[in-house]
Amino acid sequence: MSDAVVPHRSEGHQAPAGWFRRALDSDIFYSFRRSRLTMVAAAITLLFFLLAIFASWLAVQNPFDPAQLQLINSRIAPLWTADGQSPFLLGTDEQGRDVLSAILYGLRISLAVGIAGVVFAGALGIALGLVAGYFGGVVDSVIMRIADVQLTFPAILIALLVNGVAKSLLGNRLDEMSTLGVLVIAIGLSFWVQYARTVRGSVMVEKNKDYVAAAQLIGLPAPKIMFRHVLPNTMGPILVIATINLALAIITEATLSFLGAGMPDTMPSLGTLIRIGNNYLFAGEWWIVAFPGIALAGLILSINLLGDWLRDALNPKLR
Amino acid sequence: MLAFTLRRFLQAIGVMLAVGVIAFAMFRFAGDPVNQIVSIDTSAAQRAEIRHSLGLDDPVLVQFGRYFINALQFKFGVSYQFRLPVSSLLAERMPATLELAIVATIFAMVAGILMGVYSALRRDTILARLFQAVSLIGISLPTFLIGILLIYLFAVTLGWLPSFGRGEVVKLGWWSTGLLTVSGWKAIIMPAITLGLFQMTLIMRLVRAEMLEVLRTDYIRFARARGLTTRAIHFGHALKNTLVPVITVAGLQFGSVIAFSIITETVFQWPGMGLLFVQAVQNVDIPIMAAYLLMVSLIFVTINLVVDILYTVVDPRLRSTVGRAA
Amino acid sequence: MTQPVLSVRNLEVEFVTRRATLRAINGVSFEIAKGEVLGVVGESGAGKSVTGLAVIGLIDPPGRICSGEIELSGTRIDHLPPEEIRRVRGKRIGMIFQDPLTSLNPLYRIGDQIIETIRTHTNLSESAARRRAIDLLAEVGIPAPEKRIDGYPHEFSGGMRQRVVIALAICAEPELIIADEPTTALDVSVQAQIIALIKRLGRDHGTAVMLVTHDMGVIAETCDRVAVMYSGRIAEIGPVQEVVRNPLHPYAKGLMGAIPTLAGEDKRLVQIPGAMPRLSAIPPGCPFNPRCAFVFDRCRVERPEPIRQGDQSVACHLFEPAKETAA
Repeated sequence: MSDAVVPHRSEGHQAPAGWFRRALDSDIFYSFRRSRLTMVAAAITLLFFLLAIFASWLAVQNPFDPAQLQLINSRIAPLWTADGQSPFLLGTDEQGRDVLSAILYGLRISLAVGIAGVVFAGALGIALGLVAGYFGGVVDSVIMRIADVQLTFPAILIALLVNGVAKSLLGNRLDEMSTLGVLVIAIGLSFWVQYARTVRGSVMVEKNKDYVAAAQLIGLPAPKIMFRHVLPNTMGPILVIATINLALAIITEATLSFLGAGMPDTMPSLGTLIRIGNNYLFAGEWWIVAFPGIALAGLILSINLLGDWLRDALNPKLR
Repeated sequence: MLAFTLRRFLQAIGVMLAVGVIAFAMFRFAGDPVNQIVSIDTSAAQRAEIRHSLGLDDPVLVQFGRYFINALQFKFGVSYQFRLPVSSLLAERMPATLELAIVATIFAMVAGILMGVYSALRRDTILARLFQAVSLIGISLPTFLIGILLIYLFAVTLGWLPSFGRGEVVKLGWWSTGLLTVSGWKAIIMPAITLGLFQMTLIMRLVRAEMLEVLRTDYIRFARARGLTTRAIHFGHALKNTLVPVITVAGLQFGSVIAFSIITETVFQWPGMGLLFVQAVQNVDIPIMAAYLLMVSLIFVTINLVVDILYTVVDPRLRSTVGRAA
Repeated sequence: MTQPVLSVRNLEVEFVTRRATLRAINGVSFEIAKGEVLGVVGESGAGKSVTGLAVIGLIDPPGRICSGEIELSGTRIDHLPPEEIRRVRGKRIGMIFQDPLTSLNPLYRIGDQIIETIRTHTNLSESAARRRAIDLLAEVGIPAPEKRIDGYPHEFSGGMRQRVVIALAICAEPELIIADEPTTALDVSVQAQIIALIKRLGRDHGTAVMLVTHDMGVIAETCDRVAVMYSGRIAEIGPVQEVVRNPLHPYAKGLMGAIPTLAGEDKRLVQIPGAMPRLSAIPPGCPFNPRCAFVFDRCRVERPEPIRQGDQSVACHLFEPAKETAA
């Protein structure tokens, strides 16, 4: 006769918990905990960052310092093989450089270029998106038309062109640090479009809302309105784009370096290490290319997993 | 329909003009065209004379006009490295790149659609999860690492496939093809897989997502309510509606495939335009870089145009309400 | 009494979600006889559409039929293997959905969609199926059907598309048509035509019709009997005249009070205060009790079962079975 199931009258009327409790109860955290893969990916990403930050303490030598390299130690196989020698856990390359140390330092370069590239791309894209969305009209159509055209070209092509032009303009004045700068600019110029589109879209939506008109009425300057009110609303999507773009930026840097248009041999990133190691593949010295390759793949894979999860968690419709 | 095509065509010309300006700026300001002609020990006076005879002291607009007219006739100047006309260098290498790109695209489409449909329809099977994992790896692994891995497996360790070059090629007029010899086919397998893997992943994910989306639509629900067989619903209704955006993306991606072949060609030392371009970037050979940019842009713009027009053919809704294709 | 075309007994449908198991249909029973039109009314979320989908076997996971029986002309069709229920769909039960704009596949000619359906359920040849498709289009009132058969859905107006959808639903001469809000998405001027068409088709072919709608006007005009649903249960069911003129259940009373009439212009429209509870928060006892003007203690603890009152049947504690009052 009567209902066996007696559900709670309302779940919404419980006492308000602290933000921490709410965060633990949120869908984002739920999906994070549910996905063991994502937790592993987060742990690996964190590990890579720590390795990069503490590279100089962890490495047995500074692979960028030629004085520390000895040719007697060249081409030693990894420690666990018959020809292994301490302290070279992952073996050495043809210059006697410890592969593990080179990876740690290379990781640092790859991450630095990747993060700086993403930050630069983000700053450029957000700025252009704000300007396009807020002012509209001719400014908007010029910026967005450039974005449209650029989006049809692969980032790697643009990055290569920027790199080639920079090389041509700077010629021999290009040292390691300025190469790094050129790479950051090349990556930034290749990846700004997505940020600009996202920010522009949300500016277009927000700018017609009453509070912006009200802010204008009380005489707040336009930049202030944009930074205070409009920008925070786009932070979610921008975070997702930035995470996914970090993986892309690292791939782009590695590819440029692999193609010989990126970091030089004297200050190698992971991509440079792979290019160098690739020459020794046929000689059977697989470890010179294999370990930097695994490090790069692991780094990108874990960042991508994080980005995928973040996108799904912020966008439940896609699940 | 005609107005739509015309508008797209004008847009395409606009894009080409913009790219032309960039290519000219690179050609004129980043590289010094005088270097094409002189050697290092030419005196400053001689350089100035050559500069004048080349018209490099003319107004910039005049120079741009000249560059543009030359470019229309496929005259892109002379390569710094090879001391040969850029156009003949590009023409010589284009067949290799196009063959690689076409084979890679066919591989990507066939494998991507099959895997995508399977993983949409059998969402929770082990194979579908495996495909998802492969797709994540396909997106995460840089192209050159995949290439190196394949070389290590199939060339170094097993010795089944050649690690570089095109194999034997046959001349058909000015076109050289590797698709008529066994060694040519053997040589193209690894580069095509390397190049196509990323697109395959993309197509697979797209097919899966689109298919899941389509399967949720009212007309699929109605098709089920009409009692149509699962087969007819999945492979007739759902697949057809899925393929419209997929074909568009795959078509648009063909340009990217050509551009991405830069990496693949470098890994496999494939004698195409991409390898030429990478060598140009390494050696600061600006005329080749500028010409490559123009060539690739032309291919891109043409493909975009063709896809837009094809789109209206595939989707009957667009035939009458033209202009919505974005 | 002859066998009803559709007989539903104690149907329960639940949706399993992450947080809870939601019961969308909770003990629904009704019958539809040959040639009869049963209207199903209620607010959105009352379970009308889910009932229709359950009958035709289109409840998708995470939803499932957890108990009850559905019989079509005497044979059970719930829990049939997928391939067998597929043969029932479209052939023995035709379904019409709410939105004709999205019910048709935009990439197929309408003729191909009709022919495909006909040939799925019959042995007709391609050309015979095409002739039948033209006849069907003519029957549902599409002008120049032999020409229009090769059109694409986007070339038809909303009303015309709904006619095509109806043609698709009846193309295998089904015993039962389930029309789920068939006019909601249409212009008011077209609504009456579509309703008249469904009614005429039901009469001409002796088809039973289950008409799901939230429009009491449509019900009063079209149906033989009406079921008023509330929160996954049938509050009241009976002949349409009785239920409209003399509703018994307080909710039905409120619903009928909400129909504007031309005659009673001086009467204020009655509103039911509050809103239907969400599925996750259905109160114990009678689900209507928080909004009911006649609520008493028993309503808050005990779920009312359907009780016969003349031709009507009502699930409300205000009514006692005749025998029980004597005892």
